[in-house]
Amino acid sequence: MIHFESVTKTYPNQSRPALESVNLDVEKGEFVFLVGPSGSGKSTFLRLILREERPTDGRIYVAGRDLARLTNWKVPQLRRRIGCVFQDFRLLPGKNVYQNIAFALEVIGKPRRFIRKVVPEVIDLVGLEGKGDRMPDELSGGEQQRVAMARAFVNRPMILLADEPTGNIDPATSIGIMKVLDRINRTGTTVMMATHDAAIVDSMRKRVIELEYGKVVRDQSRGVYGQAY
Amino acid sequence: MRAQFVFGEVWVGLRRNLTMTVALIVVVAISLSLLGTGLLFVRQVDHTRALWQSKVQLSIYLCDNNPLSPQCTKNGPATAAQTAQIATTLNNLPQVVDVTHQSQAANLAQFRKEFAYDPVFIDSVQPGDIPASFQVKLKNAQSDAGPVTAAVTGMPGVDSVGNDSSILTNFYKLLDGARNAVIVVAIILIIAAILLVANTIRLSAFNRRRETAIMRLVGASNFYVQLPFLVEGMIAGLFGWLVAVALLVGAKAGLDGLQNYFPFHAQLTVGDLVEVVLVTMAIGLLLCGTTSFLTLRRYLRV
Repeated sequence: MIHFESVTKTYPNQSRPALESVNLDVEKGEFVFLVGPSGSGKSTFLRLILREERPTDGRIYVAGRDLARLTNWKVPQLRRRIGCVFQDFRLLPGKNVYQNIAFALEVIGKPRRFIRKVVPEVIDLVGLEGKGDRMPDELSGGEQQRVAMARAFVNRPMILLADEPTGNIDPATSIGIMKVLDRINRTGTTVMMATHDAAIVDSMRKRVIELEYGKVVRDQSRGVYGQAY
Repeated sequence: MRAQFVFGEVWVGLRRNLTMTVALIVVVAISLSLLGTGLLFVRQVDHTRALWQSKVQLSIYLCDNNPLSPQCTKNGPATAAQTAQIATTLNNLPQVVDVTHQSQAANLAQFRKEFAYDPVFIDSVQPGDIPASFQVKLKNAQSDAGPVTAAVTGMPGVDSVGNDSSILTNFYKLLDGARNAVIVVAIILIIAAILLVANTIRLSAFNRRRETAIMRLVGASNFYVQLPFLVEGMIAGLFGWLVAVALLVGAKAGLDGLQNYFPFHAQLTVGDLVEVVLVTMAIGLLLCGTTSFLTLRRYLRV
């Protein structure tokens, strides 16, 4: 599903690469934690998958596509197969829950009949039954993150990228968020989650990839957050 | 393609920076109407020039009892033979289309007719003051006047040669100058309008950066992301143009009113107005559309 072949990314005006010779394979349906200190290259990793950045060197394949050979105008097609969730939710404050989720479908030109059918389904999936007409500022942090997840998942992406989705949320609420991610993962969606949250990583017992100074220093199936190397 | 969605976004965008939109509409309206006025002016000058040019004649005045030139003073009034000789010379010139002999009486009658509105002026001219003349119609009023004048000047019986064109030349200069001034101001305003369009779109892009960020993230095509902004710029341009149309109709009325001060005048037709209005619409839409598009390329990169 995601395939990195000696990928190096150096940002302009920086001597140290953000990612260095990363080789990696993530299969369809996997759940992967991406851990490591700030500045270790987690965000760069996610941005490369979305093709917000291009690698300085190496090859990246996402969902069977060679990103180097993807023309600019085909990039939206790629992004339709990838859902994204962020630490800061990124909801539109002027739209209610339903409209926020529907927006993701409207802007890729889905018919209204389809939207009316799938949006309520996904609202139920993330556990926000009956809250479709709430505005984002009427929701708790955990609920807002559920809306963001619903928006990321509503178009049934093959991959869901989550960049510290529990970063702004208390531990008790985080468990609920992880349950939703797990539920999404069980539908066959590959989930890749960058996090600092040791408790979550330890409790889930999923594959863990640890980055440090742009290099993969650990890749363990059923790993924990801070295992001694 | 979901038109309803796009226009919903456009409406939100226009409403959100209302002040900027209004400023844009006003500047587009004024620049387009000035440009249009300039174009109407060009047409007006063309029409007037064509009309007057068709009436322009050379007047070859013959010697009479109170001549201007020393030659006539010496030789006395033109004789019948001299008059015939002049007529023959004129008819043989290739540049000459038509020659009419006008007697003193005919010239006086025409003078009285053309200046009928000014009795004092008419009373000051006595029979015999205006000499008999040949009215010569030329193939090309501008270039043929010189050779024909040269050919008859100095012939026995010729007093002086008057050329209507030389009077008009100065007037044309005045009209052309006024037209150029209007067009220069219009161009300056169009540049202002372009900058304002760019700024409005930039502001709009900034206001809606959250929406566009999410649109890019979920894989909306560039077309979908940019279309609302493009339509926004075009709609502002269209409103500006509508205001400009009203102003242009006023400008035409003004030019028509001005015509009454001239003895021979050519009115602008409705066709002229429609043509100018369409030209300004094309320019307005092109200006707003292109500027929006180029601005978006800078601020909404994928």
